[in-house]
Amino acid sequence: MLGFILRRTAIAIAILLLVALLLFAMMHMIPGDPTVVALGPRSTPEMREAFRAMMGLDRPVLDQLGLLLVRLAQGDLGLDVWSRRPVLTMVLEVLPYTVALALASFVWALALGLVLGCVAVVHHGKWGDWLIGAVSVSFVAVPSFVVALYSLLIFAVWLNWLPAIGAGEPGDIGAQLRALILPSFAVGLGWVGYISRLVRAAMIEAMGEDYVRTLRAYGVGEGRIIYRYALKQALLAILSVIAIGFGSLLTGSIFAEIVFTRPGLGKMTYDAVISRNFPLVMGTVLVTSALYVTCMILADVLSAWLDPRVRSAI
Amino acid sequence: MKPPVLKPPPVNAPVLDMHNVSVSYGAHVPAVLGVDLTVRPREIVGIIGESGSGKSTLAHSVLGLLPKTARMSGERFMLAGADILKADRTALAALRGPSAAMIFQNPMTAFSPIHSLGRQLTDLLWRDHAQSGAQKRARIVAALAEVGIPDPVGRLDAFPFQLSGGMLQRVAIAAALLMQPALLIADEPTTALDVTMEAQILHLMRSLRERAGVSILIISHHLGVIAEICDRVAVMYAGRIVEEGTVEAIFRDPRHPYTQALFACEPALVPTGVRRLPVIAGEVPRPGGRLCDFAARCAVKAARCLEQAPPWTRSGEFPVHHVRCHGSALSGNVPSGRGS
Repeated sequence: MLGFILRRTAIAIAILLLVALLLFAMMHMIPGDPTVVALGPRSTPEMREAFRAMMGLDRPVLDQLGLLLVRLAQGDLGLDVWSRRPVLTMVLEVLPYTVALALASFVWALALGLVLGCVAVVHHGKWGDWLIGAVSVSFVAVPSFVVALYSLLIFAVWLNWLPAIGAGEPGDIGAQLRALILPSFAVGLGWVGYISRLVRAAMIEAMGEDYVRTLRAYGVGEGRIIYRYALKQALLAILSVIAIGFGSLLTGSIFAEIVFTRPGLGKMTYDAVISRNFPLVMGTVLVTSALYVTCMILADVLSAWLDPRVRSAI
Repeated sequence: MKPPVLKPPPVNAPVLDMHNVSVSYGAHVPAVLGVDLTVRPREIVGIIGESGSGKSTLAHSVLGLLPKTARMSGERFMLAGADILKADRTALAALRGPSAAMIFQNPMTAFSPIHSLGRQLTDLLWRDHAQSGAQKRARIVAALAEVGIPDPVGRLDAFPFQLSGGMLQRVAIAAALLMQPALLIADEPTTALDVTMEAQILHLMRSLRERAGVSILIISHHLGVIAEICDRVAVMYAGRIVEEGTVEAIFRDPRHPYTQALFACEPALVPTGVRRLPVIAGEVPRPGGRLCDFAARCAVKAARCLEQAPPWTRSGEFPVHHVRCHGSALSGNVPSGRGS
């Protein structure tokens, strides 16, 4: 098992290296002089030259790449073009907000999605199944920013139950949690529908397996078959999809962040790209990729741990 | 909900007693038609027939595992003292296990791949609430040892993929041994196994009858298996039983042209020197024909085969032998295969 985790980690590092290379290549290929963007059109050539020297842009491309890799290996993501603050610090500042939102959204979406999926399977082919199917599909179909805007309007503006914007004062856990409710609702709703459809399909497939017939032939009850056997198989089947979903939430839910004016990785990445803030783009994208890859490794380890066939093969 | 009241059946009453039972899918697609079949205590009965002849539907009807679209009717359908025709889904579920259980064709898929064998066997014993986990465990270990599984304690934590097909079929038989159903239905129990394994599994099934008093209904198209283990055989064709008798009667003196054709097609019985294996021309018609279903493929059909349905008649000199054929009295002198 340890060797398996180490192998996966090595692959993950290779992926991150590739991401860094691609980002580096992209920055040098896209049109526009970063110094002009950074300093504005009225900057003098001397200012630009000084800026170029400071950012290392005057050196040969390969030198720049080497320098970048050495810095990355040391955990140094460089300095923000505007504020001159370390990129790593800036990313770590917003990361907790993004992780909190992703966790809150996914935990309730996963819980409700699993329940709805199971209920749909129990009522397979009856009206309960149809109803859950219709509700799930509409959850998936509504864009999260629409849900965000309407929930903002209803619960924050009209009813005034929950804060409309911001993420709560630092240190005030209660306010932070209250500020999390509406965004996580808006982000998670689509996932509820998606996960319930996924669970339903995987469980129906599991219920068609031969071993279910064996259990039935011995009079084992449907409840036990569904919750002890089919559910485990279904979870195993959808685990990697769940991990990808959670990974994409960790990369930031930009609509929810904008609508609720929350700090977060998605918003930060977007702003960095718009303003050609290359070190910050590099930093946010690399951290995002690292989170994503970590999710995939965790999913692999979890599925290996749950599936005896994989467990014994590694 | 109350479990159905099970009257203890009289001693020697049939474990399975079907009279004129039919099963159809939807309203218009019959699969089993007017079947009479009895299995007495400690009896091993075989059903042979081509794919599509209704064997599996018959087996699933006994277990109450027919799909919801299936409709069942008949004059009498008793399983271990319970009336299947009157039972609802709950009552049928209560019968599965103690009254009837089933062993399936492919042992490799008959168990969940992600649950340990101990877990699964324990779950099959869910009715025995009174017993502690340790007691169940001891019973399971004893049953596994009895079917000849080495290291039965270690196997409790094993997963199906760690065992061979033959070993898994032994585990399935151990499950039947634990449950001791009145009737065990075995659907092609050895088809997925190699020949040496087949003999051992058949031996185990026979000892299941001897030790636990289980009656067995074997479904197979393998004539060797049927000859090896059964007391009585029923031949199914297009949803009907067309011939029925003791193994000796059927194998020494097959009367129905379909049974004769089945024997003629058995590779083990084909004479040496024949370059091309014989086949029965045509295919199984849709069940539900009002005349002789086999007439279209029959080599010895007469005019009346196309005019009236053949009656169910006593046949031959063996004491238990019935056949559904107009010409059965005439076609007795074909070269018959010896039971292999």
